[in-house]
Amino acid sequence: MIFSEEFETMPREALEAIQLRRLQATVARVYNTVPFYRRRFEEAGVTPEDIRSLADLRKLPFTTKADLRDNYPFGMFAVPMDNVTRIHASSGTTGKPTVVGYTARDIQTWAELMARTLMAAGARKDDIVHNAYGYGLFTGGLGVHYGAEKLGASVIPISGGNTKRQVMIMKDFGPTILTCTPSYALHVAEVAHEMGVSFRDLKFKAGIFGAEPWSEQMRQEIERKLNLKAMDIYGLSEVMGPGVSIECIEAQNGLHVFEDHFIPEIINPKTGAPLPYGTPGELVFTTITKEAFPVIRYRTRDLSVLHAEPCRCGRTMVRMGRIQGRSDDMLIIRGVNVFPSQIESVIIETGHFEPHYQLIVDRIGNMDQLTVRVEVNEAMFSDEIKNLQTIERDLERTIRETLGVTTRVKLVEPKGIQRSEGKAVRVIDNRKI
Amino acid sequence: MNAEQISIFLENTPGRLVEVTRIFEEGRINIRALSLADTSDFGILRLIVDDNEKARQLLQEHGFTVRITEIVAVEVADTPGGLHRILETLAQAGINVEYMYAFVRQSGRNAVMIFRFGDTTKALDVLSSGGVQVIDGKDLYAM
Repeated sequence: MIFSEEFETMPREALEAIQLRRLQATVARVYNTVPFYRRRFEEAGVTPEDIRSLADLRKLPFTTKADLRDNYPFGMFAVPMDNVTRIHASSGTTGKPTVVGYTARDIQTWAELMARTLMAAGARKDDIVHNAYGYGLFTGGLGVHYGAEKLGASVIPISGGNTKRQVMIMKDFGPTILTCTPSYALHVAEVAHEMGVSFRDLKFKAGIFGAEPWSEQMRQEIERKLNLKAMDIYGLSEVMGPGVSIECIEAQNGLHVFEDHFIPEIINPKTGAPLPYGTPGELVFTTITKEAFPVIRYRTRDLSVLHAEPCRCGRTMVRMGRIQGRSDDMLIIRGVNVFPSQIESVIIETGHFEPHYQLIVDRIGNMDQLTVRVEVNEAMFSDEIKNLQTIERDLERTIRETLGVTTRVKLVEPKGIQRSEGKAVRVIDNRKI
Repeated sequence: MNAEQISIFLENTPGRLVEVTRIFEEGRINIRALSLADTSDFGILRLIVDDNEKARQLLQEHGFTVRITEIVAVEVADTPGGLHRILETLAQAGINVEYMYAFVRQSGRNAVMIFRFGDTTKALDVLSSGGVQVIDGKDLYAM
């Protein structure tokens, strides 16, 4: 079933006409209300009047995460604070997260898109949504929540954590739709198994999993262990949050981008040149209906591909492939975004360690584990095991408190971390995604 | 009076221990006693050697993290109850033992017990007033 037949199955010509009209309005508005965009457009020698067709989009400059950070916290808002009804922030970044705002209408749009998303994944009015995405500054929890309410479904706002209690509620309340990160889904399956609860006896029919990269193999594992259909969802707070694109339950083959609200592009991450459909590259989004926090050609750093072939579900919106990786070195650990440079800052700020470190990412069971290797030095070496372990635990705590990510710190011998010529190998990712 | 040991930080990877013994062999350093404490990630090798300063210098030249720490070496009668009497003396005085290890001398009837205390000075007082034979550092290294 399709939540909004009118828009989701709109013929391409009509859709493109709407896109152009909305793009022109957005470009004119950011030019007039956000000094950052006006300056950037002027530097690029482009004015809103230059946008006469959708192809003219590429005349506009890119926006990056660094731009958002430079304008922390509210510098990119296109409406006065009077009109902002909600503020979210990106997960797991340092003292300066990426802050995004929503007007009342933005919240309605988001709910509408999440209702479309839930329905595309098989949810209906009579479903019960077990929403285990985190509630808070992270957009996952509230995004799903408002969408489920808009759809008319019942939502259990359980948020993350306390897995045994989650399993009990799954058993007792009989939810039919599960929303969480894919790694958490598998963790729940393990805990349920330990508790002697079989997913065969639960009522789940579908799950919507995202906020971290996952694979087709993982989908098969989730579907087998949780006895449901698993759909991939994509979104990022800078663009809106969850609900930018979703797989349909009919095809489970690529994520439909809600193009009446976002214009996706694929570019060459090195040159910035736009790439045609079918060619992999970096995803770029322009929002065309957002009021409080519009973004123009926002570089997601996520690598994907766009497909224009019609889908058997009837939606006319293009599909993006699974996220294949990052064009920068950002790590996504259990849904938390971490840059190696942020961990580096924490290590250096302690004043105890050499600035040599290495990050090892493993998937143990189904959970991502980040190991931070740092070198011991004579000033901290005290001859007693417990003192060295205290040093390890202290750094783990500092990283957790600063970045929101749980790590395992391992002391290694001086020079134990390979010094490479040129760019150091800072990250070893052993995950098989 | 004071005796010292040399402590070395070792990663739990193959070949690290043999690197230490190789350095000692080349530097003609003799090991009197040793103890290895370990976790899943790293270990601390503690050694009584015949020349602490030379050992430290050689190890540091090879990039090891090294620390010289104060220990107390005592003679323990090699008979049932020998160690118990010493530990009882310490326990009664409320002295905490961080760790300990032992070796047996080639000649003589006594074993040697190496103690690491949180408060070495207080431990030494308690041991001498309890009549325990504490071994002087230079005698220990020459054993």
